[in-house]
Amino acid sequence: MDRLTEYLFPKQVSTFAADIDNLFYFIFYSSIALFAIVVFGMVYLAIKYRFKKGDEVRLTSSKDHSNILESLFFIVPLILVSITFVWGIRSYLKMIIVPDDAIEIKVTGQSWFWTFDYPDGGTTLNELVVPSNQPIKIVLSSKDVLHSFFIPVMRTKMDCLPNRYNVMWFDAQQEGVYDIFCTEYCGTGHSQMGAKVIVMKPAQYEAWVADLGSDDEDIPLDELGAKLYTKKACNTCHTLDGSDLVGPSYLQTSQMWGEERVFDDGTSTIIDDNYIRSSILEPQTKIVAGYQGVMPTYQGLLNDRELDALIAFLKSLKEDSQI
Amino acid sequence: MAENQKQNYLTHPKGIMSWLLTLDHKRIGLMYLFGGIIFFFLGGVLALGMRLELAAPGNDFMSNETYNNVYTLHGAIMIFLFIIPAIPGALGNMLLPLMLGAKDVAFPRLNLASFYIYTLGALFVVYTIIAGGVDTGWTFYTPYSTTSTSNVIPMTMGIFIIGFSSILTGLNFIATIHKMRIPGLTWYKLPLFVWALYGTSLVQITATPVIAITMVLLILERLLGIGIFDPALGGDPVLYQHFFWFYSHPAVYIMILPAFGIISEIIPVHSRKKIWGYKFIAFSTLSIAFIGFLVWGHHMFTSGQSVFSQIVFSFITYFVGIPTGVKIFSWILTMYKGQVSFTPPMLYALSFLFLFTIGGLTGIFLGAVALDIHLHDTYFVVAHFHYVMQGGTIIAFLGGLHHWWPKTMGAMYNQTVASICCLGVFLGFNGTFFPQFLLGLRGMPRRYATYDPQYAELHNYSSFWSGILGLSIFIAIMNLLWSLRKSNKLDPGTNPWGAMTLEWTHTSSPPHPHNFEEEPVLEHGPYDYDKVIVEPTFKK
Repeated sequence: MDRLTEYLFPKQVSTFAADIDNLFYFIFYSSIALFAIVVFGMVYLAIKYRFKKGDEVRLTSSKDHSNILESLFFIVPLILVSITFVWGIRSYLKMIIVPDDAIEIKVTGQSWFWTFDYPDGGTTLNELVVPSNQPIKIVLSSKDVLHSFFIPVMRTKMDCLPNRYNVMWFDAQQEGVYDIFCTEYCGTGHSQMGAKVIVMKPAQYEAWVADLGSDDEDIPLDELGAKLYTKKACNTCHTLDGSDLVGPSYLQTSQMWGEERVFDDGTSTIIDDNYIRSSILEPQTKIVAGYQGVMPTYQGLLNDRELDALIAFLKSLKEDSQI
Repeated sequence: MAENQKQNYLTHPKGIMSWLLTLDHKRIGLMYLFGGIIFFFLGGVLALGMRLELAAPGNDFMSNETYNNVYTLHGAIMIFLFIIPAIPGALGNMLLPLMLGAKDVAFPRLNLASFYIYTLGALFVVYTIIAGGVDTGWTFYTPYSTTSTSNVIPMTMGIFIIGFSSILTGLNFIATIHKMRIPGLTWYKLPLFVWALYGTSLVQITATPVIAITMVLLILERLLGIGIFDPALGGDPVLYQHFFWFYSHPAVYIMILPAFGIISEIIPVHSRKKIWGYKFIAFSTLSIAFIGFLVWGHHMFTSGQSVFSQIVFSFITYFVGIPTGVKIFSWILTMYKGQVSFTPPMLYALSFLFLFTIGGLTGIFLGAVALDIHLHDTYFVVAHFHYVMQGGTIIAFLGGLHHWWPKTMGAMYNQTVASICCLGVFLGFNGTFFPQFLLGLRGMPRRYATYDPQYAELHNYSSFWSGILGLSIFIAIMNLLWSLRKSNKLDPGTNPWGAMTLEWTHTSSPPHPHNFEEEPVLEHGPYDYDKVIVEPTFKK
């Protein structure tokens, strides 16, 4: 069964994952039994009573009911689905009753990245860091359209709504880095709206939290920019290799440095530091011709040094590509 | 008499106007079939485009925007322009009056109007495609659908209009079934296909107004910002989901009940055996139609609705499962002590039993709230509803088409080719959709244009088999069309399967323009294979 679970499911990391997988197996084996009866019955009857060449067309049996069989067909599935229903609800209650000692992390979905706000201040984008063996309460909301926050290894997901909060929780039993997906369709960048959950040992997490917000002071600007590029989810929409995603590639912008860029309203401007800065902070004012104006503002999500870092990183791409 | 026998509805009267203005239910049925097949083809090409894009993880074949348009159009076209109208509109129109011994439906002009309303709605959808498509998904969830810059209004307008076609057809069928039966054709002597159409019609006239209202509200929200769904204006996106699924779950039964009806015809005829549990099948059709209205919340298990709602919706969902399960056993037991012929329609019916059982059983997984939370909006759901909609409804539709083709078109297709295609459809279908259950269990979300490489192998496999599936369906339909060539006419008295419902025993193939030359007299029930011998006849 362990090998089957490994094949069928992602890892079981949350406390209730095994319970849910077991519910799956209960329905799975019951279904296989019922399905086997259906297929066996069908094949057996069809072959046994097949009309052979040379057979005569004749009157056939008038048998069209059997109280015993029909009661069986009714009662056996009824028992099986009753167990399924009760099991489904019992496990569900485990999934929604949040333990009192849970750490609360606020998760905000926005087209097309995730923001995580930690209880003691500090924010991360697209990287949720949590301690292991500790209940984590996730409070979900959205800044624009619907999103849904899905962590396959925890076996839980919940929709993010723009007008109210939803809650989910998990308690990770194993350190590691796991996938987070958006599972409610949210437009162009939906399939890129992934994130990671990083489960750390509690001591490591404490150190990480203490460090949160104070790091990155002494690395060079362009290296910090490279970190921010993935950390702040720029990579969801902008590539580094010149290919198109939702927005123009950084490489293309870098190579056009000092040249003119045309916007969808017919105006144009020279690509320079100020243009990049305003594109990050007010992305809706100038939209590059051929693209949709879908980028959210990063006002408040980046400080001045981080803005400088991203600009430095973007500029450095041109030199890298020339080598 | 000989002169009279040569007259059939296909050739008499002649001329294009005699088709466009026809009040003959059989011609209207054929026109629906023609429209349905065109959109089936279009939806199928879109599906293959999606599978091509998904064969590898990146944006190899289309961009995110294109993919989003393609999957939205695939869903909307298949559901609103093909599956919902196909069986009632085409096969139902064609067969219902014949099965009742009637000259036509109760309101022939209304019937023609339904067809043109469907055409008008279809034109809106075609306009949407030409104008650049729509990218919201066929569910049009707010607030994405109220803010998307794509052509949401023409698309929803098209669906709004097609809804009226659906309502009018349902109304027409109910009146026809109540008032147009020949003397002696009591409710329990009706073919089960008629019961199925009756249940379908009830759902059509009661549920469709809700989608119409929802679509109008969505259009008003976009145009005037009335603030019913948009949270920025004080509306509630979850309210939209309630409205939408209050129609769209019963719509699942608009799609599957007629398929149950077809299977209930094919199996007894090709097994030459009285159907097992007639009354149970008849009444379970009505009870499924009714319970189908009470389970819409199971589409919203992760929306944050109250715990109480979750429990109630999960509970009621299982009450649809039980009668459906007993139906499957009834169809299988129908073969007991019969004379089973492995004709193409019967092969499709057996495929249906296999595939629909998988579709139904995987619904049990999704009905369990705790498990659904993991599986919700993953490929498990995609696989589940394709096993129900394609493995169920479309397979039954293809079976019905092969079953009634000699009757309605007066021509027999190549049965060997048809059987091979059925096998191709069966294998191609399982190859395409079974891996998607595994993808879903492993957490692959739906509606993704690109995906994590860990899912590549199963996606690739699915894409490969989708080619076989598409090709098999295409050849199966070509095989039917090829049978229409001039040299291939059947004798008008042909009853190749030895069926005993009125459309086979009392009128020619293809039927007379007025269906019956004189009012038929009912001599036996629809499945009295224990009382009457009807020899299969097959002459050119």
